[in-house]
Amino acid sequence: MTSIQELSNIASQVRRDIIRMVTAAKSGHPGGSLSSTDILTALFFNEMKHSPDTWSRSGKGQDAFILSAGHLAPVYYAILARAGYFEPSKLGTLRKFGSKLQGHPSAGDLKGVYQASGSLGQGLAVAAGMALGKKLAGEDERAFVLLGDGECEEGEIWESAMFAVHYSLDNLVAMTDWNGLQIDGPIESVSGIGDLREKWMAFGWDVIVADGHDFESILTAFEIARKANGKPKMILFQTEMGRGVDFMLNDHGWHGKAPSQEQCDAALAQLKETLGDY
Amino acid sequence: MKKYIDTGKKDTRSGFGAGLLIAGRENPKVLALTADLKPSVKMVDFEKEFPDRFIECGIAEANMVGVASGLAIAGFVPFAASFAEFITGRVYDQVRQAVAYGNTNVKLAASHAGVTLGEDGATHQTMEDVALMRALPGMTVLVPCDYNQTLQATLAAARFEGPVYLRFGRPSVPNYTNPDEPFEIGKVYNMNPGKDITIAAMGLLVWEALQAAEMLEKEGISAEVLNVSTVKPLDCKAIIDSLAKTGCAVVAEEHGMAGGLGELLSGVAAAHKPVPFEFVNGGDRFGESGTPAELIEEFGLNAANIAAAAKKAISRK
Repeated sequence: MTSIQELSNIASQVRRDIIRMVTAAKSGHPGGSLSSTDILTALFFNEMKHSPDTWSRSGKGQDAFILSAGHLAPVYYAILARAGYFEPSKLGTLRKFGSKLQGHPSAGDLKGVYQASGSLGQGLAVAAGMALGKKLAGEDERAFVLLGDGECEEGEIWESAMFAVHYSLDNLVAMTDWNGLQIDGPIESVSGIGDLREKWMAFGWDVIVADGHDFESILTAFEIARKANGKPKMILFQTEMGRGVDFMLNDHGWHGKAPSQEQCDAALAQLKETLGDY
Repeated sequence: MKKYIDTGKKDTRSGFGAGLLIAGRENPKVLALTADLKPSVKMVDFEKEFPDRFIECGIAEANMVGVASGLAIAGFVPFAASFAEFITGRVYDQVRQAVAYGNTNVKLAASHAGVTLGEDGATHQTMEDVALMRALPGMTVLVPCDYNQTLQATLAAARFEGPVYLRFGRPSVPNYTNPDEPFEIGKVYNMNPGKDITIAAMGLLVWEALQAAEMLEKEGISAEVLNVSTVKPLDCKAIIDSLAKTGCAVVAEEHGMAGGLGELLSGVAAAHKPVPFEFVNGGDRFGESGTPAELIEEFGLNAANIAAAAKKAISRK
């Protein structure tokens, strides 16, 4: 088990990676990447059973992670690199011509990535398919998936919500980066998805609400989600867009905008370099 | 000319159902998924024999395509079936991202293609599906011509690694190809060698093309009939060789002009062997309710029109 101090160190480095990657790429999505950093750090460095050494796209023998909100590619790539799936030095190639680190994840050429994502609303179905596949194959491992909260405006999410309950996919753990913001503004002013907790409960899921920036809370939520009770799990992680960088905090303007070099420097001054920059 | 005997009319969707059952016996990884259309897409027998490998997805096609991609990643061979419109147009973005771009081993099984599903009308009749699927990089597009070939194409799709779009239909139509001939993905089947005109067709129109060739033979015209049952990847050489021999062509299909077989083959011709082309297809319009026979007549998707088009093409040589 990775200590909370260690998780915190990794998260700080991942946040630095995100800022540097997006700044170098001159485009990309820092806001949601920063709000989901702590969740994915705890997931990859503590909760999931996985190893870059034995990884294959079939996910055999491992827990699988699907990023449904594909625009969170910066945090995804940084986590994969820091977890040993590829050299952190590759992070600087984000969005560059010829790089495997596509603007949104492509499948098949980057180790650790199971499925392409970017067009929203599709990852929950993919993860449900992988979870069902693991059950059909008699495997004990699980499938995890990260959704954006704005993404839950997509109808397919709710198709998948019903499917997962119908097939009793208790080896499916969905997580929502519930930062309350989307491109056009606060979610409630854009579309009003309402109370996600009530909605997922009404669909028959086990719902856990946790603080997505408190590792104790995140780890407790993961522990509760291990229950094999015939129900899929939804962890609603309450988060803040832009977390870790004061001028990005809770500002939807940072959903999909790259910092200038000055802003990058100001952001990095707030984030401790713990594992060495790539 | 070569004689083809109709051994009794059968629906091509039942060829799919029979093929899927055999594929299921061959490979325990083969799964059947549908979106509340189990009897229509002929998955009843598969479910009976393999209840744990039949996955009912309800009326939620987008989720079905995503689930199929997840199952494929996990090592299974899922056949996701619905009406052709609902497994293409309705879920184009899911097919594009999760199946084609994601390069997952998903088989999209499309029944009730074209106008000949009949009475349900235009909402259910797609004449655009081949165009949509053809446009996707990496997608294999199969349009077998009768029950026997659909059965064999289903087996070929199950054995093939990669995304496949398999198109078939609802009406009972002549069944005349060799039931024991394995389907070769990527092959253009030369059904009747000829020298005056190439008639290339897919699906139900292959039989009509053969009938047209018989009519033309009586007038002393020798027609070569090509069954383009693999639309993608296309065997361009087979097309070019035929055009080089005959010097003109008719393309017949139960599909619209835009993005269909006619545009595909005339594009190949324009690049490699420009010759006069004529087209027998659904044009640029939606279908409507009616019996399959009435709709075939209304759209002119028959042997008489193919023969007339052939004579016109020959006159333009």
